[in-house]
Amino acid sequence: MSTAVAEGKTWGGGNQPLKASYGKMMMWFFIVSDALTFSGFLAAYGFSRFKFIDAWPIADEVFTHFPFLHGVDAPMYYVAFMTFVLIMSSVTMVLAVDAGHHMNKAKVTLYMFLTIIGGLIFVGSQAWEWNTFIKGDYGAVQTKGGNILQFVDTDGHRVAVRDFAMNAHGERVQHERKNGLWFVDEGALPTYTMDEVIHGLQANKDILVRTQILNEEGEKTVLSREESIHQIMKNGKVYVEGANLHVNEYGSPLFADFFFFITGFHGFHVFSGVVINIIIFFNVVLGTYERRGSYEMVEKVGLYWHFVDLVWVFVFTFFYLV
Amino acid sequence: MAHEHKLAIFQGLLKFKSNTQKIWGVLIFLTIVTIIEVALGIFKPESLMAKFLGMKILNWIFIILTIVKAYYITWDFMHMRDETKGLRRAVVWTAIFLILYLIFILLQEGGYVFEVYDNGYIKRDF
Repeated sequence: MSTAVAEGKTWGGGNQPLKASYGKMMMWFFIVSDALTFSGFLAAYGFSRFKFIDAWPIADEVFTHFPFLHGVDAPMYYVAFMTFVLIMSSVTMVLAVDAGHHMNKAKVTLYMFLTIIGGLIFVGSQAWEWNTFIKGDYGAVQTKGGNILQFVDTDGHRVAVRDFAMNAHGERVQHERKNGLWFVDEGALPTYTMDEVIHGLQANKDILVRTQILNEEGEKTVLSREESIHQIMKNGKVYVEGANLHVNEYGSPLFADFFFFITGFHGFHVFSGVVINIIIFFNVVLGTYERRGSYEMVEKVGLYWHFVDLVWVFVFTFFYLV
Repeated sequence: MAHEHKLAIFQGLLKFKSNTQKIWGVLIFLTIVTIIEVALGIFKPESLMAKFLGMKILNWIFIILTIVKAYYITWDFMHMRDETKGLRRAVVWTAIFLILYLIFILLQEGGYVFEVYDNGYIKRDF
C-alpha cells in the first residue's frame, strides 16, 4: 500500500526532479544542441587553419577599419566594441529577468527595450563589417595555383594596386550573351588586367610582392624585387579585390568562406533573437505575463539571448584574436 | 526556486548584497577580461610568442580567458549557479565531452593534411 502511494508520488507526474520547468529545461537542451552546431563550424574552421597553418591570413591585417575613421589603422577596436555591445545587452537582459522575478512590469519593459536596441546595434555593426570585408582594401593578384600575392613598399607597408597599376595596351572585352555564345555568361571583369598590374609593377621600382607564407617571426614573406616581378609574370592569373565565396584578397578563400558562414550564422541567431525579444517585449507591454502571474517567458528568451552572446565570445576569440 | 540566487562569486571571495549588484559586478569582470584580451591582441608582447604544447602562449591565454568569460556568462547571466546539480551536469558535461572530441579529431586531421602538403607529396603552389 505504502509503496503504491510512493510510486504514485514519484512517477504519477507533477514531479520536477531538476527543479526547472519543462520550457526552461527544453531551452537548455536546445542550447546544448545549438552549441554543438557552432562547435562543429568552429572546429571545421580550425581544421582548415591547421591544414594551411603556414599561410593563414593574420586577422589584425584583415580587420583594420573603424567607421568614420578612414585610413586609420585600427585593428580589432571595432570588434571589441561589438563584443562590448553584446555583453551589455546581455546585462540588460538579465536585469529584465531579475525585474520579472519582482513582478516589476515597468522595469522589465525598459530593460527588454534596451536589450533590443543593443541587438540591433550589433546586427548593424556586423553588416558594416561584412560590407567592408566584401569591398576589400588594397587588392591582390591570385596565382594559377590559387595563392594570393599582395604588394608592399620597401618598408613593408601595404600598397594598393589602384595606386600603381598602369594603363596597358589592348582592352579585354566582357563576354556577354549577345556578343558570343548565348548559353555562356561571364561575371564582371576584374578592375585591372594582369598587363596593367605587371606594367605598374615594372615602372615602380620600390614595390615588392608579399606572399602568404609566414616566416619564422610569424610575418608574411616579402620577396626580392627580381623574384617579385618573376612571380607576378610567371604565376599571376587574375586581379582580385575584396572577398566573396570564390576569391579573397586577404589570403586563402577558405578564410572568407568561414567568415561569411560562421559570422553569418551567428548574425542570423542575433537577428532571430531580436525578433523573439520584440515579440516578448510586446507581450510584456500588453500585460500578458502580469495576468499569467509569472515572467518565466522572459527568462526563457533570456537564456537564448545569453547563448548568442556566449557564442560570440568564442567567435571573437577564434576569428579575431588567436 | 527561481527567486533564490547564490550571490557569491570567485569561490565565495566576493559576495554581493543583491542579484542586481552581482550582475553589475560580473559585467565589470567581463569587461576587464575583454580589455586584457584586446590589449594583448594589439601589443602582442614578445615574451608570450614562445610555443607551449604546439601553440603560442598568447593563444593559450586567449583561449583560457574565453573559457573564463563563458563560465561567468553561463553561471551568472544564465543562472546556471542556481540550477540543480543534475541539470547543470547534463548540460555542461554533455557539451564539453562532445566538443573536446570534435576538436581533437578535426585539428589532428588538419595537422596531418598540412604535413602531406608540407612534405611535398602533393603540390599546391604552381
